[in-house]
Amino acid sequence: MSFNQDYISHPVFGQVDYFNKKNHQQPNQHTPYYSVHNHHQTDAGKQKTLDPIVTGSSVIAIKYNGGIVMGTDMLCSYGSLARFNSVQRQKQVGTHTVIGVSGELSDFQSLSNTLDDLTTDDFCIDDGSKLSSQEIWNYIARLFYNSRNKGNPLWNTVVVAGNQNGKSFLGKVDLVGTCYQDDFIATGYGAHIALPLLRKEYDDNPNGLSQDQAVKLIQDCLRVLFYRDARSSKRIQVSVVDSNGVKISDPIELDTYNWHSGEAAVRTFQQVALGK
Amino acid sequence: MYRNQYDSEIVTFSPTGRIHQVEYAMEAVKQGGSGVALKSNKFAVVVSLKRSSSELGSYQKKLFVVDDHIGILISGLTADARVLCNYMRNESANYKYVYESDIRVERLVTKVADKSQVHTQRYGRRPYGVGLLVAGYDQLGAHIFQTCPSGNFYDYKAISIGSRSQSAKTYLEKNFEGFATCTLEQLILHGLRALRETIPNNDTGLNSKNVSIGVVGENYPFTLIEEEATLPYLNMLESDEPVEMQVN
Repeated sequence: MSFNQDYISHPVFGQVDYFNKKNHQQPNQHTPYYSVHNHHQTDAGKQKTLDPIVTGSSVIAIKYNGGIVMGTDMLCSYGSLARFNSVQRQKQVGTHTVIGVSGELSDFQSLSNTLDDLTTDDFCIDDGSKLSSQEIWNYIARLFYNSRNKGNPLWNTVVVAGNQNGKSFLGKVDLVGTCYQDDFIATGYGAHIALPLLRKEYDDNPNGLSQDQAVKLIQDCLRVLFYRDARSSKRIQVSVVDSNGVKISDPIELDTYNWHSGEAAVRTFQQVALGK
Repeated sequence: MYRNQYDSEIVTFSPTGRIHQVEYAMEAVKQGGSGVALKSNKFAVVVSLKRSSSELGSYQKKLFVVDDHIGILISGLTADARVLCNYMRNESANYKYVYESDIRVERLVTKVADKSQVHTQRYGRRPYGVGLLVAGYDQLGAHIFQTCPSGNFYDYKAISIGSRSQSAKTYLEKNFEGFATCTLEQLILHGLRALRETIPNNDTGLNSKNVSIGVVGENYPFTLIEEEATLPYLNMLESDEPVEMQVN
């Protein structure tokens, strides 16, 4: 253009805006200059989980004779803040599989939607086939591995538990897609604190655990985690997967030690100072 | 000259409610040699009668391995069959990658049928001119499926397709009730007997050149039996008592 572009593009207050420029973002003398073609202004950018924000803590699970017991607490922390204290971190997938999820809550929600889509697609194809627990476990592993390859991982560790044709399945997937199966599994802090407890109980019962034993063991582990893991709570859910299908319990408040250790001091203070 | 107004493309119904292009495609399936598929509780078997275009040429292959647990027998346009076979191989390989398990036979057949159906409804397409007999074994047992150019598919205990397949069907209908408990060898022989019914009397009959057999079953990946390997079965067939002639 041959005319003075600078003049046109900076209408002075009160001047008629012949070129209808005022709604455009224009450089201004009084503010630092940014080109309208600046990358940061035209591109909204892409959101990735590069570190988790709202997180759930451990998942623990163990096989017993005839099924699997899995337990999680219901806390989702915002950093170290106990932000959401009644979030279900277990989810039934299909008819005989349950997953328990540690890590980023929003990625868990995204995973939930994906898995729901998967079972819905199966239903729509209408050939009566249903995914086995092992297939779901593998699918999650591939999904996670694929996401991490895009540099955008789903920041979770997932425990998959299922029971089909009388056989129990228990497997774990982490945020880079590493996966394995075992007879007992713990994620997060639980991998340090609960796993030795699970291992001991499992080894002490070479003929396998009963369901009651397993449920008690999982609750005991979650109690220890509540004492030792600062990102956990005593509000828990315990699910049982056996040949009858999946049963996720209602929230349970764990019985914990009564923290009344200060009472004696109070009593002494009252006696000494107040003469009661 | 008489000319059918409603058969030039796929998207037009005739006034009698038919889609002629699809029906023509179904006719294409009846060309080429016949094929028979049958199953027991543990095995699925396909037998095919191959044709050669001339004395000088080889016999046209009709059995294809899709995966370790699935094989197909084709009838109709071989070129179209290769496209579908390629698709099936891809789908089962994908499934294996994602789930680390074998795709269920019915799921794969459903996918092929869905793909075929698209070709019966979109302008500018033509239906596949091929029918498949899919033999497979999965966690639900042995399966035989037939697919059609129309997008239909059927689950069978035993079935035949191709030219003069009706005579094979008649044999199968008379004998299928015993198939469930057959041994593999008996099953193959039943298949060959059914296939023999489709050959005109003045023909050369079944020999190791024009017969191939596919077998799949429990702990038994899909295996082709061809050329000399078919001889033991063909010899057993020869020493058979002659099957009584059907009078229709």
